[in-house]
Amino acid sequence: MPKDHGIGASSKRREDIRFLTGRGVYTDDMNLHGQTYAVFVRSQVAHGRIKSINTSNAASMPGVLAVFTGEDFKDVGGNPAGWLINSRDGTPMREPKRPVLAHGKVRHVGDAYAAVVAESYAEAKDAAEQLAADSDIEELPAIIDMAAAVANASNRVHDEIPDNLCYDWGWIEDNRAAVDAAIKAAPHVTVLELVNNRLVPNAMEPRASIGEYFPGTGDYKLTTTSQNPHLTRLLVAAFVLGIPENKLTVVAPDVGGGFGSKIYHYGEEAVVLAAAKKLARPVRWTAERSESFLSDAHGRDHVTKIELACEKDGTFIAFRTETMANVGAYLSNFATVTPTFLHGTLMAGPYKVPNVYVNVKTVFTNTAPVDAYRGAGRPEATYSLERVIDKMCRELGLDPFEVRRKNFITTDMFPYTTPVGLAYDTGNYHATLDKAIEIGNVAGFEARRAASAKRGKLRGMGLSTWIEACGIAPSHLVGVLGARVGLYDAATVRVNATGNISVMTGAHSHGQGHETVFAQIVAEKLGVPEASVEIVHGDTSKIPFGMGSYGSRSLAVCGVAVTKAIDKIVAKGKKIAAHMLEAAEEDITFENGSFSVAGTDKAKTFGEIAFSAYVPHNYPLETLEPGLEETAFYDPANFTYPAGAYICEVEVDAETGKVDVVAFHCADDFGNIMNPMVVEGQVHGGVGQGIGQALCENTTYDDTGQLLTGSYMDYAMPRAGDVPFYNVDYSCQTPCTHNPLGVKGCGEAGAIGSPPAVVNAVIDALHRGGHTHVKHIDMPVSPSRVWQAIHG
Amino acid sequence: MHNFDFVKPASIADAVKALSSDGAQALSGGQTLLPTMKQRLAAPAVLVSLTGIAEMKGVCRGDGGLHVGAATTHATVAKEAAAHYPALAALAGGIGDPAVRNRGTIGGSIANNDPAACYPAGVLGSGATVVTSKRKIAADDFFQGLFSTALDEGEIVTEVRFPIPEKAAYVKFQQPASRFALTGVFVAKFGTGVRVAVTGAGQGGVFRWTEAEAALSRSFAPGAVDGLSLSGDDMISDLHGSAAYRANLVKVLTGRAVAAAG
Ligand SMILES: Cc1cc2nc3c(=O)[nH]c(=O)nc-3n(C[C@H](O)[C@H](O)[C@H](O)COP(=O)(O)OP(=O)(O)OC[C@H]3O[C@@H](n4cnc5c(N)ncnc54)[C@H](O)[C@@H]3O)c2cc1C
Repeated sequence: MPKDHGIGASSKRREDIRFLTGRGVYTDDMNLHGQTYAVFVRSQVAHGRIKSINTSNAASMPGVLAVFTGEDFKDVGGNPAGWLINSRDGTPMREPKRPVLAHGKVRHVGDAYAAVVAESYAEAKDAAEQLAADSDIEELPAIIDMAAAVANASNRVHDEIPDNLCYDWGWIEDNRAAVDAAIKAAPHVTVLELVNNRLVPNAMEPRASIGEYFPGTGDYKLTTTSQNPHLTRLLVAAFVLGIPENKLTVVAPDVGGGFGSKIYHYGEEAVVLAAAKKLARPVRWTAERSESFLSDAHGRDHVTKIELACEKDGTFIAFRTETMANVGAYLSNFATVTPTFLHGTLMAGPYKVPNVYVNVKTVFTNTAPVDAYRGAGRPEATYSLERVIDKMCRELGLDPFEVRRKNFITTDMFPYTTPVGLAYDTGNYHATLDKAIEIGNVAGFEARRAASAKRGKLRGMGLSTWIEACGIAPSHLVGVLGARVGLYDAATVRVNATGNISVMTGAHSHGQGHETVFAQIVAEKLGVPEASVEIVHGDTSKIPFGMGSYGSRSLAVCGVAVTKAIDKIVAKGKKIAAHMLEAAEEDITFENGSFSVAGTDKAKTFGEIAFSAYVPHNYPLETLEPGLEETAFYDPANFTYPAGAYICEVEVDAETGKVDVVAFHCADDFGNIMNPMVVEGQVHGGVGQGIGQALCENTTYDDTGQLLTGSYMDYAMPRAGDVPFYNVDYSCQTPCTHNPLGVKGCGEAGAIGSPPAVVNAVIDALHRGGHTHVKHIDMPVSPSRVWQAIHG
Repeated sequence: MHNFDFVKPASIADAVKALSSDGAQALSGGQTLLPTMKQRLAAPAVLVSLTGIAEMKGVCRGDGGLHVGAATTHATVAKEAAAHYPALAALAGGIGDPAVRNRGTIGGSIANNDPAACYPAGVLGSGATVVTSKRKIAADDFFQGLFSTALDEGEIVTEVRFPIPEKAAYVKFQQPASRFALTGVFVAKFGTGVRVAVTGAGQGGVFRWTEAEAALSRSFAPGAVDGLSLSGDDMISDLHGSAAYRANLVKVLTGRAVAAAG
């Protein structure tokens, strides 16, 4: 019987009741007395010098309360990059100031350079239009193509950065010569050049922010679409506006998806706060969808050359990559770490390859900032690796399953230190591959292929065996790697006098299901009903200082903080019970919600202990404080390393180039599973996004920097009809060895592992259909690209 | 969106009168016009709704064919034309999504004449007659290029009259993002010959592929177009497909439409 309660049960997501019945409360749902509306004036050119902005016409229009330009914020701080990356030669990265509003120059289409606040949205819109007309911006040549950006030293996104290069990073630089030598001497080298396509995150809820200022106390409040309210508070208060942190509350209420794009602090948040102070009235802003396309941090956008050196039997000798990563016009908060430490450190995959070297040049262009997006760096690494392995197998006529098997790190090798600096604690890559082969009925493929052929379709099968590092992560490690923050998390467990429980978490749920899963953990550990546990998140005035949700870290970091706080609760409960039961503390055991004296029938329920803690009439007050509330911070010893094997089957219509994903099998190792249903949901969502990247989504700027895919008319999102019924298995479990829950994180896995499986399947279909000249097709593998490849 | 006045006349005559005022524009389902207004790309002073005019709504058999009121929604055509003209009903049922189909209308679609829209192919492929507030226009004369038609200022499409072919089918290959037609082909076989209308592909909007019509009039079989070649010269080339790709789709989809027509 599967459990129906606590850890391991598929408890229904309690938050879905409000989400699915329209009773969620999102930022834009909040209406405040005296509220005003901000509208941003955004650059229509990709690159331009602001010669003048005449604000007087706009300022005198009906309902207009205030007008802001970059000039108003030139003396406050810049929005910082969270990680310092050094170039191969040891010099620190170039770090141009990212202003609240563009000042001096505009650097991408959609770059906000002014804002209008008015009594109504329509009045603010009208004034913003006027302000745009009254702005004199001299258009400069746009810098769009990365190679051209680096080659042309005279055309600069930031005037002080001559070659538009943020850094030229080598990992691990000391290994470079050895890797070069190994490749030179290798019996076979496969080379693949590929593009990891730029994606627009497209959270269902666009970004929105409301600023408030309370003149009576000098306090500020920012309600905003954030994945990490404390991080946002730190950035906007301490770094940008110079507000003491204790004078600013940041609330991230219900948030409709983030996928990374809502980790970061954006200038709009600073503007609504500054405007609220100036007007002493609430100032609200909600992005229109077109603004989201233009100004949310985009994802991916790498151009990579990867080389795989191996023996003729497919035994790996070395991997070497050269990547250009597009960072856009400004450094968003995680932009510098995503193409480096979240990417290069994963370039060994789950393989025992002795030599790996990664080079990444990160380049400024006149495009929207690019930052971490579901998977963040690991999808790029996985895609490069799994594609080049597939290509090598074709070149040498080897079986892709066998080649993986031959090269996998084996279970006896853990803990295993890779040549790119990670220490994998545990895993069983053979087990997940075998499981994928079983659930995907690989043996029956030929019959399915023949059936497809009868219907005029080319069928192919693609494999991807992925690994990632998540649960981001240990502060000591990220500190060495250049992080400017710690990456622990925190939780407070407050047992109320009547025995029910409030849990305040640093992690933020914007769709993941924390309110359900964290409650399951607490219920299990304390032996209480799930319904008596409430998860409180998203409000800096209520929760302890945690770092929020991204990098598949909520459970593996914050979830563990919850269990650590519970451990403290239980320890204190034992002290109280010992006193009440007149026994020694060492003799008290806690099980199923009951404190008892070992070997006797003397016991107190959890509720009785809680009551006693708050009504301490019979209580050891000399030695123990009353109350039952504990906080724990947890900083893990290592990343966690989920891994898995994905098998995708596609049908290709060779006449039109249309690809249908007809089957998708996932065998994942996420360690211990807290809620199977939630895990499946996370995998479904991730694989859906991966299929979207592989087949549909693309972000295209033209040579002048105009975004050609700026709406759903041209930006192709995957829809229900584009994805198959997923087959998800998580029965292969090697529990994480360094956190007490044994969990690894599952939020990004699907998006990491799936794109190469899809593309490998398409190439396989074309080869089986006789189109063996097709070596590679860049994502998105759209109908026209497939047709072109067949006929090219 | 800018402010506008809104009127909802009950007759064609009143609608024509309302449209003669300065800055007036017809509003049918609003599925094209309203998004444009929201983006502030259009700012009509007066919107004249056509959806309150009973004589412009509904599907009925008339002399020699099927008459569809211009303010009839795609959803209604999908349902009510099914028994009379299944290919047309299927075309209407494949437009957009349910929300779009329950608002958008045939009159709005053909008046707009989007080069990727479905109805222009159905209307031209059927050799239909467009009835307006002042005249009747043959489909061959109605569509005049990208977003351009024979309609005069203030002239309203009131009805479209479709002759019913012996066999017909519309095959649409979706543009991956918008799900409009990247290319769509409507094939209709009449006693007098075959008509083939292509949408989504031509730089000048919907067009008839006359070589295919001739070949299919000789032999109405999917293979009849195999030997034809279509030049990419006048085809649209964009993010979603090159001109050569579209030329290929026209041919492939024509064959499939013939197969689907049976
Ligand atoms: C998400 C989405 C998906 C879509 N997908 C498709 C698709 O797959 N295929 C497709 O073909 N279309 C598609 N459309 C367009 C849709 O079919 C529209 O309904 C249609 O193009 C316009 O019809 P309407 O009634 O909404 O016209 P409106 O938007 O009201 O008007 C459009 C234009 O026509 C004028 N007009 C309207 N009615 C008349 C009339 N009777 N006489 C003269 N002028 C008139 C208006 O003044 C306006 O200029 C889609 C639209 C959306 C929003």
